[in-house]
Amino acid sequence: MSENQFVLPGDVIVTGDYRPEQNVILEGNKLMSTAIGFSEIKDDLVTVTPLTGLYTPKTDDLIIGKIVSHNALSWQVDINSYYSGILTASDIFGKDYSPSRDDLSLKLKTGDIILARIANVNSRDPLITIIGENLGKIDSGELIKISPTKIPRLTGSVIQTIEASTNATITVGQNGLIILKCDNSTGLKKSIASIKMIGMAQHDANLEEKIQKFLDENN
Amino acid sequence: MGGRETDVVLLDENGIRSDGRKVNETRKVTIKVGVLKNADGSAYIEFGGNKILAGVFGPRDVHPKHMSNPDTGILRVRYHMEPFSVSERKNPAPSRREIEISKVLKEALEPAVILEKFPRTAIDVYLEVLQADGGTRCAALDAASVALADAGIPMRDMVCSCAAGKAADALILDVNNEEDQAGQADMPIGYMPNLGKITLLQLDGVLTTDEFKKCIELGLEGCKQVYEIQKNALREKYFSSGDNN
Repeated sequence: MSENQFVLPGDVIVTGDYRPEQNVILEGNKLMSTAIGFSEIKDDLVTVTPLTGLYTPKTDDLIIGKIVSHNALSWQVDINSYYSGILTASDIFGKDYSPSRDDLSLKLKTGDIILARIANVNSRDPLITIIGENLGKIDSGELIKISPTKIPRLTGSVIQTIEASTNATITVGQNGLIILKCDNSTGLKKSIASIKMIGMAQHDANLEEKIQKFLDENN
Repeated sequence: MGGRETDVVLLDENGIRSDGRKVNETRKVTIKVGVLKNADGSAYIEFGGNKILAGVFGPRDVHPKHMSNPDTGILRVRYHMEPFSVSERKNPAPSRREIEISKVLKEALEPAVILEKFPRTAIDVYLEVLQADGGTRCAALDAASVALADAGIPMRDMVCSCAAGKAADALILDVNNEEDQAGQADMPIGYMPNLGKITLLQLDGVLTTDEFKKCIELGLEGCKQVYEIQKNALREKYFSSGDNN
């Protein structure tokens, strides 16, 4: 059986002494995929990287979210997933936060966009935090949404390629939201177009070359 | 035994059926994936004369809230026939038959979908029959399974479905509308091919024990043929080389 292959739900990836990881289940001694994706076997771990579906929160992921509402103790944040993220008030006001003294809506309003990190996914709804370098409210930039399954394709080198030729600054949220900042409008347009191209592209190997070609053509 | 009097010759002396098929032949099946932009996953199936659209949403919040389950996600299926799907106008309000088929299809899909991963959410499957020609529940189940996979919902296995039955005293695969009306038995089967499990089994008509066993075998053969078509449809959308936009 080859190391990497395209799989559909129910496809048997390998049989034998392996351990199921992401999107893989063990049935008897058969390791079966539960998603449409790309299977990988590393040592005895079998994983499937999905090609479709919503974002699944993972601890320590950098995400971009939108404030939906707040109550006395926390904000509710749309993180483009099947659960909404919870940002606790003590994250901003510190440990001595008191609901009677501090007003949450003064700090973050409904509709505000924040850059955050997933703190904990074991609770009812995933907890997010904005404590950390560069995290917090985003004031300017262009927000783009692509399928979260395409985010692994936005590797460091692809981002560098786009940044180098357009002078834009790109912040990628693992949940499929991307913030672009650029001083000149042509660079902004070009970087948006190239990100959207990645969002639309089917699985193929030479994506980086294609992006490079696209950026060169429009120079 | 069974079946109504009819002028239609269901099986001629050469073993050819009213629509020109052999006894162990299915109708032509084509499946297209991702036909609806606003749904999370979608599929369109043409199963002979049947034309069915499937749209899947979710996992998403459950409304009304009291339906949600804190331990697991829930699956909701709506099977609906358009007023123009049959020759005489059908009242668009859900009929007793549609409500029952919705329930049966939900139970046929539930063993495949890994709902435990999404507590407090719902996965909604909408099935619209645009044109009906016998065996819509099988075709709808095939489309629903492909649409669920397209939506990226984790599944233990695909569900494929095909009917087998009896007409003119012969066991036949993939019962069409005439054979359903005038034949002796109709048995829709839903099947998870890699797990080897049957998720849907109904029987309308009378079969002997021996015929029943043979009928299941025949039906499973049909399911496996449909499964190949489902796989090809998904492969075409996700794995074909180059950009197909």
